[in-house]
Amino acid sequence: MPTFTREEIEHLGDLARIALTDEEITRLQGELNVIADSINKVQEVASDDVPPTANPVPLEAYLRPDVPETPLTQAEALAGGPKTEAGMFVAPRILGSEE
Amino acid sequence: MAEKLMKYADATKKYDVVFGLETHVELCTKTKLFCPAEVSFGGEPNTQLTPVSLGLPGSLPVVNKTAVDYAIKLGLALHCEIAEWSQFARKNYFYPDMPRDYQISQYDKPTNGNGYLDVELEDGTVFRVPIERAHIEDDAGKNTHVGGADGRIEGADHSLVDYNRAGVPLIEIVTKPIEGAGDRAPEIAGAYMRAIRDIVRALGISHARMEQGNMRADVNVSLRPSADAPYGTRSETKNVNSFRGIEKTIQYEIRRQAARLDEGKEILQETRHWDEATQTTAGGRVKSDADDYRYFPDPDLVMLHITKEHIAEIEAQMPEMPRERRNRLKAEWGLTDLQLRDILNADALDLIEDTVKAGASAAGARKWWLGELSREANAKGVSLEELPVTPADVAEVEKLIADGKLNDKLAKQTVAGVLAGEGTPDEVVAKHGYKIVEDSGAIEAAVDAAFEANPDVVEKLKSGNMKPMGVIIGAVMKATRGQADAKAVTKIVMGKIKG
Amino acid sequence: MTQATNELVKLTAAEMAAKVKAGEVSSRELVDAHLEVIEAAEPSIKAFLKVSGDVAREQADAFDAKSADEKAQLPELAGVPIAIKDMIVTKGIETTAASKILEGWVPPYDATVIEKLKAAGMPILGKTNLDEFAQGSSTEHSAYQTTHNPWDTERVPGGSGGGSASAVAAFEAPLALGTDTGGSIRQPGALTGTVGVKPTYGGVSRFGAIAMASSLDQIGPVTRTVLDSALLQEIIGGHDRRDSTSIPEGPRPMVAAAREGAKRDLKGMKVGLVKELGGEGFQPGVQARFDEAVKKLEEMGAEVVEVSCPHFEYSLGAYYIIMPSEVSSNLARYDGMRYGLRVMPPAGVPQTAANMMAYTREAGFGDEVKRRIILGTYALSAGYYDAWYGSAQKVRTLIIQDFKNAFDKVDVLVSPTSPSTAFKFGEKMDDPLAMYMNDIATIPANLAGVPAMSIPAGLSDDGLPVGFQFIAPQQRDEVMYKPAAALEAALEEDWGGPIWQSMNTPWLNAAE
Repeated sequence: MPTFTREEIEHLGDLARIALTDEEITRLQGELNVIADSINKVQEVASDDVPPTANPVPLEAYLRPDVPETPLTQAEALAGGPKTEAGMFVAPRILGSEE
Repeated sequence: MAEKLMKYADATKKYDVVFGLETHVELCTKTKLFCPAEVSFGGEPNTQLTPVSLGLPGSLPVVNKTAVDYAIKLGLALHCEIAEWSQFARKNYFYPDMPRDYQISQYDKPTNGNGYLDVELEDGTVFRVPIERAHIEDDAGKNTHVGGADGRIEGADHSLVDYNRAGVPLIEIVTKPIEGAGDRAPEIAGAYMRAIRDIVRALGISHARMEQGNMRADVNVSLRPSADAPYGTRSETKNVNSFRGIEKTIQYEIRRQAARLDEGKEILQETRHWDEATQTTAGGRVKSDADDYRYFPDPDLVMLHITKEHIAEIEAQMPEMPRERRNRLKAEWGLTDLQLRDILNADALDLIEDTVKAGASAAGARKWWLGELSREANAKGVSLEELPVTPADVAEVEKLIADGKLNDKLAKQTVAGVLAGEGTPDEVVAKHGYKIVEDSGAIEAAVDAAFEANPDVVEKLKSGNMKPMGVIIGAVMKATRGQADAKAVTKIVMGKIKG
Repeated sequence: MTQATNELVKLTAAEMAAKVKAGEVSSRELVDAHLEVIEAAEPSIKAFLKVSGDVAREQADAFDAKSADEKAQLPELAGVPIAIKDMIVTKGIETTAASKILEGWVPPYDATVIEKLKAAGMPILGKTNLDEFAQGSSTEHSAYQTTHNPWDTERVPGGSGGGSASAVAAFEAPLALGTDTGGSIRQPGALTGTVGVKPTYGGVSRFGAIAMASSLDQIGPVTRTVLDSALLQEIIGGHDRRDSTSIPEGPRPMVAAAREGAKRDLKGMKVGLVKELGGEGFQPGVQARFDEAVKKLEEMGAEVVEVSCPHFEYSLGAYYIIMPSEVSSNLARYDGMRYGLRVMPPAGVPQTAANMMAYTREAGFGDEVKRRIILGTYALSAGYYDAWYGSAQKVRTLIIQDFKNAFDKVDVLVSPTSPSTAFKFGEKMDDPLAMYMNDIATIPANLAGVPAMSIPAGLSDDGLPVGFQFIAPQQRDEVMYKPAAALEAALEEDWGGPIWQSMNTPWLNAAE
C-alpha cells in the first residue's frame, strides 16, 4: 500500500522536472494519499492469469513506406522557439551529469 | 587525479574478466524511424523535421517499414530469434536534445533476441559472442556547446540544439555478459566491433562510419576473483567511437578495477567516459534511482507483427556474410592468412574485389591498393575509399600494362594523373602521350649514347658483372622519357655486350 | 439580434445544410449569424478562447464561390460552420490546450480532422475553452477563463470540453469537436443538454489532437441532435495513416442508423441496463429521468434487461493509474525548449537547462495537471510499476471482457451519463476525488475503447439537463445511433420540441 512521503514527492518532482513549492508538496501529499487509497484496489483483481491490455482496439502496426515528404521549413520549425540562434534552439547551460 | 593501475598481465592473471558491449548502429534509411522527414548528413540545422520529429503537440509516430526490414536483416545475420510480436516502449527522461523528452525504444519485447556472432581473431581462433538482443530505437538531436573550451559541455555557457538527427533510426545490439575472454578481452571486443561493422555494411543497412557517429558503443567491464564467482560490479563507459578506443577502454578498466580491488576498494556502478587525449576513462555519474526511466508501452504505437512470410522475404534478400565472403575470396585469390589480414587491415577488400570484377587480376589489384594507393592515402590522411580513384580506373591501368601499352613507371605516372584529377587512365595517357617506345632504332641510339657516357660500366658488363645494368637502363629511360620498355632495353644491351 | 438570425442559429446543422443546398442561405450568412451570437453571448458564456472570424468568413466565401458541381461532391454538412476544442491543432490559429505553457503557440500544421473539415467546406469559428490539457470535469481548470453553463450561468458546463458544449448549447455554433478521454465530450453534453459522442477508439484520427492519455483519447462530435452527430462523425472518421492506432476501415453507416432510428421502431433490439452504473451515488432526479427514458425505449419495442459488469467498480482506479501515467509522459515535451513558455530559474538557483525546465513547468502548468503528472510519474516508477500500472492494464482486460459478455446478451448498453446535473463553480475544486466521481459512468467506455454517446433525457428537479448514455460494441458505432435517435424523437414529442426550448437565452434577445 503506497503512501506518499514529502521526500518521495520531492523526488517525483525532480523526475518530472517540476520545481514544486513547499506548499504544493504539502498539499499534494494529502491529496495523493487520498487518491492512492481509492485506486489501490485495482490490485484485488489483477491476478497472474489476466493478460494486460495496452491498446483497447487490437491492431497491428501499419508500416509506412520509406518515402520522404516535404519537411517543415527552418522558419516554421523555429517559429515557436522561446530562444533561437543561428537556425538552432538555445538551451541554457547543460550539465554533464544531466543525461 | 590519476587512478592507480595494475599491470595488465597481472590484472588478467589475478581476476576473471567479464565484459559486454552495447553497440548503436545508425540505419541508412531514407527517412526517419517514425516520420517521413528525409535524413541526410550535413544539412542546414533544423531543416529535416516534420511535426513528429520536432515533437510538436498532437503529432504521432508511424513506423518506417525499411527500418523494420533492416532490423530483421540484422537479426538474421546475428542468428537471433525474431519475435512475431514486438513492442515499442517509451524511455522517459528529460534532455534538451530530445524533442518529446522520451525516447521511443523497445524494452521487454524487442524485435531480435538471443543470438550470437562468431568472431575470428588474428590467430584464426573463433570466439562466439552471445547476443542478448538487437532492438530498434530513435536517435536524439545534437547539442553544440557554446562558450566553453573546445566545444566541451563543461564550462559551456549555453548550447545550440539542432534536431535534424532526432528520430533517425538506430539499432542497439546488446551482448550478453562475455565470459572466458581472459587477457584477450580487448582483442575480442575490437574484432567483434569490426565484425559488426562489416556485417551492417554487407547488409547495406548502415554506413557504419565510426568517425561520423554512425556507430558507437557503450563498454561494460567487471572483474571477479574467479570464473565461478558471481559477477562483480561493472562500470559502463559510454559512447566510445573508435575501435582502438574500445580496446583501450577495456584494457584500462581492467587495470583500474584490478588496482582498486587489490586495495580493498569497491567498484562504483557508474557511467564513465573514454578520454582519447589522456587515454583514460573518467568517472561520470553514479547510477542511482535518478535513472528511473519509467518505461511503459508507447500507447501511440501498436504491436509490431512480423510474420513468417515477412521474414522469408527478407531472408531471400540476404547477401553473403563477411566471414564467409572472406574465406571464399581468400581461396579464389589464393591468399595466405597474412595477405588476407593485410587487405582487411587496409580496409581494401571491397575495393580489390571490385577491381577484380572490373577485369584486373587479383594480384594486380592487390598490388595497387596495398602499395601505391595505400601510401597515397596514408600521406593524405584519408581512407582508400576517399581517394579520387575507382576500382574501374585501377583495372583499366592493369589492362594497359597487360596489353603492353604501359610499363610500371608509366603506369604509376598514369595513376598519379588520375589522382591529380586529370581524368580516366585513358585520358591521362592521351594527355601526356605516354607510350612504350617500341622503335628499336631509337632505343639502340639511346643505348649507344649511354655506352659512350659510361665506358667503365660497359667494361664491367662485358666482364660478366651485371650489377651496374641499372645505370644503363636508367640512362636509356631518361633519354626516352620513361617510355622504353625495360625488358626491351635489357635485351638490346645484352646483344651489344655479347656482340 | 434580428429575428432571422435568431431563427437561423436555432436550426439543426442538418437543416442549415439543407438551406445552403437549396440556395436559401449562404455559408457566409451562417458564419456571420454565428459570429453575431458569439459576440452577444461571450460576455456571459465565455466558451471561446479564440474566435477566428476572419478565417471563418474566408472559408465560407471560398465555399460559396464553388460551382454547384463542386458543392455536390462535398458531404451533407458542407458550408455549415463549426467550433473546435482548443485541444485540436489548427494551422495558423493559436492553439493552447487552455494552458499557460502553450500560450501564443501557432501550429504549423492541421490535425487530420481539421483537414477533413476544410475539405468538407466547413468554416472554423474558433477555438473553445477546456480544462487545461483536457484534465478536469468542470472547465474550471482552464488557465484562461471559466466557461458558464447556458442553462444557469452560476454553474459549470462540465468538462473538460465545457467550451464546445456551452458554445453549441448557447447557439454560438451549430456543431463543435471535442475530445473524450474519460467523459470530456459526454459529461459536458449531459450538463448542457447537448449531444456528445465518443467514437470507437481508433475510429477518428488522433493526429493533431494534443495528447492527454493516448490510449484513451478520442475526438468526437458535439451537437444539438443525434443526426447532426452522425453526419459529423462520418466526415471526421475513417482511417488515417498518420495515426498508428487508427482503424483501417471507413466510418460506419451512422447517418442511415440515425435516420432509421427517427422512425421510432426498436422492435427486436435488446437494451442492457448496466447494474453497476446507477442507483447509489446518482442524484434522484437524474435516476428518475433515466428510468423514464428507459420506459420510452420499451414502449418503442426494445427489450430491456439488466446486465452486470462486475469489474466496472475497478474502472475509476484503473483510469486514475493509466491516464496520469500517459499524461506524465505526454506532457514531458513542454520543457521550454521548442515552443511555448520558458521561465528561467530565480537568482541564486543555477541557470541550467534542467532548472529552466523545472521552473518553466512549475510556472506553466496548473494544479490539476501537476497533480496528475506527479501521480503518473509515481505509477510508472520502478518498484511500483507492476503493482499499479501492471494491475491497471489487467483491469482493462477485465473491463473489455465485461463488455464482451454484456454484448453477447444485448445490442446496446445504457446508463445515466453523469451522476449529477451541473454543479456550482468551486463546489468540487478542493476535493479532487469528488471531481473524479463525475466520470464514473463514462470512464469504462474509454478503458475498453467502445463507442458511447450522451443525449438529453430531460430536466431534473433543479431544472437542469440530465444525460442518457448509450454504449455500443467496438467498431459498431451505428448500433447506438439508432436507439439514440429514436429516444430523442420520442422525448421531443413529449416535450413539444427540443430540450433547449426550456432554456433562457437572454443573449439572443439582447438587441431585439
